[in-house]
Amino acid sequence: MLKAMKYMGAAGLAAFASLPAFAQEAAEAVVPVVDKGDTAWMMTATVLVMMMIVPGLALFYGGLVRTKNMLSVLTQIISVSALAMVLWVLYGYGMTFGGDANQFVSTGKWFLAGVTPDSVVATFSDEFKIPEYVFIAFQMTFAAITVSLVIGGLVERMKFTAMMLFAAIWLTIVYFPIAHMVWYAGADEASTGLLFGWGALDFAGGTVVHINAGISALVGCIILGKRIGYKREVMAPHSLTMTLIGTGLLWVGWFGFNAGSALEANGSAALAMMNTFAATAGGVLFWMLTEKALGHKASLLGACSGAVAGLVAITPAAGNAGPAGAILLGAIAAIACCYFVMKIKAKLGFDDSLDAFGIHGIGGIIGSIGVAIVNLPALGGQAGDDYSVGSQLGIQALAVLVAIVWAAVGSAIAFTIVKAITGLRVSEEVEREGLDLGEHGERAYNY
Amino acid sequence: MKYIIAIIKPHKLDEVREALTGIGVAGMTVSEVKGFGRQKGQTESYRGAEYSTNMVPKIKIEVACTADAAPGVIEAISVTAGTGSIGDGKIFEFDLAGATRIRTGDVGDTAL
Repeated sequence: MLKAMKYMGAAGLAAFASLPAFAQEAAEAVVPVVDKGDTAWMMTATVLVMMMIVPGLALFYGGLVRTKNMLSVLTQIISVSALAMVLWVLYGYGMTFGGDANQFVSTGKWFLAGVTPDSVVATFSDEFKIPEYVFIAFQMTFAAITVSLVIGGLVERMKFTAMMLFAAIWLTIVYFPIAHMVWYAGADEASTGLLFGWGALDFAGGTVVHINAGISALVGCIILGKRIGYKREVMAPHSLTMTLIGTGLLWVGWFGFNAGSALEANGSAALAMMNTFAATAGGVLFWMLTEKALGHKASLLGACSGAVAGLVAITPAAGNAGPAGAILLGAIAAIACCYFVMKIKAKLGFDDSLDAFGIHGIGGIIGSIGVAIVNLPALGGQAGDDYSVGSQLGIQALAVLVAIVWAAVGSAIAFTIVKAITGLRVSEEVEREGLDLGEHGERAYNY
Repeated sequence: MKYIIAIIKPHKLDEVREALTGIGVAGMTVSEVKGFGRQKGQTESYRGAEYSTNMVPKIKIEVACTADAAPGVIEAISVTAGTGSIGDGKIFEFDLAGATRIRTGDVGDTAL
């Protein structure tokens, strides 16, 4: 996803080498316009991403915890996403896309100062722009869902106040900088995001959203410690029906996430939409085949997990892969995530409760590296003739490494600060009784 | 008077109820229960985390009847609830010291 292209320089252009050679000449000739179709689509895409969070992710995660903690998960997700929206307006957009500063953050447009209904930002086409408010809102939902995804590693034991404080610090020192590094094109190399400047491909957020959330959840669950009774007591999901509803809402919302990342209502968005079907379908089937091969029954939770693994993996490649390449990417991600979650995780001894790392971390890494391969025209990808898969793989691997290190260090700092201020865990009594009553004074179900 | 408690397979409840009303049993109490006996539980698996549920869902039927009717009740439950496999359940028989119908204050056999 190419962002804030009104400052786009040579570095930004290099990332999209498939632009026709005459683009430069044409750019001088055309006067860009705001197209109502693009605007309407981007507003729709924005609220589709909102639907992924509440109720999509909330129900997906909520169904996977025990009855006594259902309400706490729903509360955590709606609260941290609301916090992300408020911070985005105050300074998040400013830090991410506010104006040229350096390769790690932007500065400017604090409190969205200076943005008016007439403000526009560039799309991928020289002829069209979209209203800046649409872009701000669309990007805001990405910040909100990413911080919500981290909760998957922390459920059933973390204090609500600690969760909110963590979310605020984490968005500030991890999310906003990484989003800037991957998606901000400045006037020159010194102000363009570091990874964007390298030419790293990330169409809709493989590094920014999924690796970022997955690694942070992993660090969090290690610092936070295991749930009481982990591996000794039954911690079966309380409602896979809810989890299926959540999966469906996530999948539908993901069309806004991926196809919206085209920033226009055009063929590129259509390709991203097609890929969001294809990769996800591949993920569903290959997760179930993998669990069958590992000696289990083909399960609904497997199908839902495979869908998310496929969605995660295609996210960075949604506008680059062809549909067949998308199936391949979804299938590989599902096989790898399933094997990790079912076989390897058990030996590692951390309690990534809802597999935020196992699916978003692993799937995000596979997608962010795999995009270099499925981008090949031989696999139906969108790369041009001068595309070098070897050098792109190197760039992708380096971008993944930067995202992993930044997320790991940043979230370790965030958790350490929160631990010092409020403590991280609820009391043992509250954890046994359930966070619903202990932290929120309500039950999810009264009957 | 006798008090009979039967633990049966859940899908046999309708047949048992029909058989008991057929021989003149006027009322019964039914609960969903869990327990274990010789029947093994099932294993559930969620993303590789396996939980064996050794508590099997059953239906508990409670019937109060006259001492004379008791053998017929036990026979009827035994025949209709049986499938011949492990887990068909058990029937327990107790002596019942008294019974009162709350609405009328009737006691003894007339309260049943």
